Amino acid sequence: MSGLAVHIETKTYPPHSGKAAQTALAGLDFEVPDGQFVSLVGPSGCGKTTLLNLICGLDLEFDGTIQVGGATGEGRIGSMFQAPRLMPWLTVLDNVRLVAKSPEEADRARELLVHMGLADVLDAYPGTLSGGMQRRVALARAFAVSPRLLLLDEPFVSLDQPVAERLRALLLDLWQAQPTTVLFVTHDVREALSLADRILFLSAAPGRVVHDMTVPLPRPRHIDDPAIDAERRRMLADRPGLLAGLGEVIEESPPPNRLSAGS
Amino acid sequence: MTAQPATADEGTGGRQGWSRDPWLRAASFALFVAAWWAAAAVFDSRLLPGPMAVGSSLLNHVIDGDLLYHTGITLARVVAAFTLAMLVGTAIGVAMGRSRRVDSLFDGWLVIALNVPALVTIILCYIWFGLNEAAALAAVAINKIPTVVVTVREGARAIDRDLMQVAQAFRLSPERRFRQVYLPQLYPYLMASARSGLALIWKIVLVVELLGRSNGVGFQLHVYFQFFDIESILAYTFAFVGVILLIEVWMLRPLERRLTRWRP
Repeated sequence: MSGLAVHIETKTYPPHSGKAAQTALAGLDFEVPDGQFVSLVGPSGCGKTTLLNLICGLDLEFDGTIQVGGATGEGRIGSMFQAPRLMPWLTVLDNVRLVAKSPEEADRARELLVHMGLADVLDAYPGTLSGGMQRRVALARAFAVSPRLLLLDEPFVSLDQPVAERLRALLLDLWQAQPTTVLFVTHDVREALSLADRILFLSAAPGRVVHDMTVPLPRPRHIDDPAIDAERRRMLADRPGLLAGLGEVIEESPPPNRLSAGS
Repeated sequence: MTAQPATADEGTGGRQGWSRDPWLRAASFALFVAAWWAAAAVFDSRLLPGPMAVGSSLLNHVIDGDLLYHTGITLARVVAAFTLAMLVGTAIGVAMGRSRRVDSLFDGWLVIALNVPALVTIILCYIWFGLNEAAALAAVAINKIPTVVVTVREGARAIDRDLMQVAQAFRLSPERRFRQVYLPQLYPYLMASARSGLALIWKIVLVVELLGRSNGVGFQLHVYFQFFDIESILAYTFAFVGVILLIEVWMLRPLERRLTRWRP
């Protein structure tokens, strides 16, 4: 049974204020089985955010089909964006309740927040919270809708590594307690390797899947595990072109031409 | 974003102002009364009655009952015209702020509307619609609507698209999207136009009453003007200024505090 099926022939942005029409995605096809955690990795500008906007229905202008939660198509989607995007005028609890569709879901919002260690700040306004706490609330909001599909768009960028790592652990914890299909966009291969069952690599624009790999590492994993770095090095060695534009280099032995180009 | 910071500063300045330096404020008020009293004593004229005379006139008018009646009538007109102007002005302002096309279409009209003198609107409304209550209220509202539109349009332009996307991504109902995501972003602008609107509207209501109504504070001022009864004119003026101040302190300020309590 398929959790998500994406078949995009093309996604083109029409000409806008002097700029020519741009093709953001072309020939992008993949399917995700129910409950799989998939990471989407690609250079910046390859259309990752565009793809998420198409999947969650913010943008309906494209050629192709997208199915969420099998043929019925009636799966709810939880989203988390690069910025927390909480409503500053609502308390933490009300921010999560905002997305609830039923009184039962609204009740669950409190349990979820308490479970995530936010019991002390239920009535606080987001503006008084740290960036890491705000991300946690945003994560709670995404899970509060009991999603069939979870879309995460580089949700932990610009956080301190320890904070980001705690949030990753929390995400996996929630995902295991409440299984759902996950699409996690990142440009950090290590992050993808530490989280995902499977990684899809996208090309530069117009984006399409250039490599589809299953992560062979057992859980639980930690982002600093030597196995993750070893896997990353192996990938880079096997397919040096894969991560073009990602700024990925093997630090200890940079190729000589890169040195001369940099100086 | 030009309208908000200025008016927001004004708002917070005023709010802090009431609790700041209470002694200085009391002294300032005492100084005003003393200067008035001294001027009245020096000129010793029927045309400049002192504070005591105005105070006793005010008391007499209250006891007679006519002051409360006319103040109540004027207040009702202020509330009706204010509500009408805020509703219509907000609707137009949101429409113009959302759509560049609507904005271009009506921007010229708005400039004209902003520059038509209040007196002209009042006279035309009375001539076209007759000397009735509806014409009076329409005239007042029409004078206020353009300034509401300008402020609210600013707010609608500043709506955070990222937050609206959240509402859309989570499939919020239109009602929830509007009440909990869109409207809160407009509150500072609505508060700004409510406060400036109250001050403008009650002054225009007096003119409307003077020109074509047979009750209300404006009508009474007209009567006392004909008798050259300065005491009564000042008594009515202070009475209504007091009413407006109470609305500001007891209604608008608490409302604003409630709407902005999330600000860190």
